[in-house]
Amino acid sequence: MADEVILLDYWPSAFGMRTRIALEEKNIKFEHREQDLFNKSQILLEMNPVHKKIPVLIHNGKPVCESLIQVEYIDETWPGGNSLLPSDPYQRAQAKFWGDFIDKKVSGPTWVLWGGKGEEQEAGKKEFIEVLKTLETELGDKAYFGGETFGYVDIALIGFYCWFDAYEKFANFSIEAECPKVIAWAKRCLKRESVAKSLPDPDKITKYVPELKKRLGME
Amino acid sequence: MVERSEEVKLLGMWASPFSRRVEIALTLKGVPYEFSEQDITNKSPLLLQSNPVHKMIPVLLHNGKPISESLVILEYIDDTWQNNPILPQDPYDRAIARFWARFLDEQVYVTAMKVVGKVGEEKDAAVEATRDLLKLLEKELVGKDFLGGESLGFVDIVATLVAFWLMRTEEVVGVKVVPVEMFPEIHRWVKNLLDVDVIKKCIPPEDEHLDYIRARMESLKLKSV
Repeated sequence: MADEVILLDYWPSAFGMRTRIALEEKNIKFEHREQDLFNKSQILLEMNPVHKKIPVLIHNGKPVCESLIQVEYIDETWPGGNSLLPSDPYQRAQAKFWGDFIDKKVSGPTWVLWGGKGEEQEAGKKEFIEVLKTLETELGDKAYFGGETFGYVDIALIGFYCWFDAYEKFANFSIEAECPKVIAWAKRCLKRESVAKSLPDPDKITKYVPELKKRLGME
Repeated sequence: MVERSEEVKLLGMWASPFSRRVEIALTLKGVPYEFSEQDITNKSPLLLQSNPVHKMIPVLLHNGKPISESLVILEYIDDTWQNNPILPQDPYDRAIARFWARFLDEQVYVTAMKVVGKVGEEKDAAVEATRDLLKLLEKELVGKDFLGGESLGFVDIVATLVAFWLMRTEEVVGVKVVPVEMFPEIHRWVKNLLDVDVIKKCIPPEDEHLDYIRARMESLKLKSV
């Protein structure tokens, strides 16, 4: 009767990290299968034929795609233990709103931060900081986005934190100087085992960027 | 149905598929609401205050508290008024429904907009791309009356943007993006939708809708038929 849970993932993906964290929060045993996105495996193409993207969560052979959908699926399927989403419908709607905001607004400008240059990069920096400031305002003085408890919105955003060193290095700016509360929040999140286990070392990301740029033909 | 005085107000726009889908959900559940038509070219203080982040419709105000983003609103409505459920009960089925909803909004809608907005080769490419995406929907409909199965569900409500916006635009744009020979299941599904009272009640009246689309294209200096 044991559940079979497989995660098709790619180690630097902030999206994959969301699902890893959710699984860890619920203490679910899963098999992590690292994917080569430059040479996509048969299983990836079969399990996510529409988008051919990671992460893909495969539960007893059935695929769930899209990281925030996976987080919600995990919360609904394994309701015991740490709740990832609030039970109150209004609070839940607020969490989903911010998850959607992060999906639409955060990752867009990040490409030019580590991969761009000149005016395009400057514009990307401005946009990125604006988005973080909006999130910082939403966070306010709360410990986590949902209040006292770590949850969905924190999970949606935290994966990008391990990329911050790379953004700062390649785009030449300080995120802490602009958004100190976001940095404080991120460090708080990293104290949780689920997060510490799921985020790679920022150094590893920064060292990987030149190789990534080469593979993507971004020189 | 309602135990105490509830105030439900929708800041919306009569021709918007995102606004109409919220009306479908509220009507399906029998929730009385006040509709407030918004002028998006001259945004009201209430709209700006209720959705300061995106400043867009639709916004649902429930007892004064705002909820924004149509898919978030649909789920909120389903969580709050539990009769006539929109989403399935099973977590896996819910995940699949959410996947298709996002696919419709993030892929189909975005690509279909290019059909209206581009000309020449770019337009042709957009038509091709939209058709490729719709082939996936076509497959989903085989053996089903609705995308939700036997009855109207979350994905059908979201997919009304295909049935009553994309397919209606064909008349005005002069391109049959969704021909019946290529998409018999989708055409059958549209007929099924039109048999549902809630849908008939909640979609924009066709003639006014077509006039509106023509006028919008005119103002955006796009060629219309």
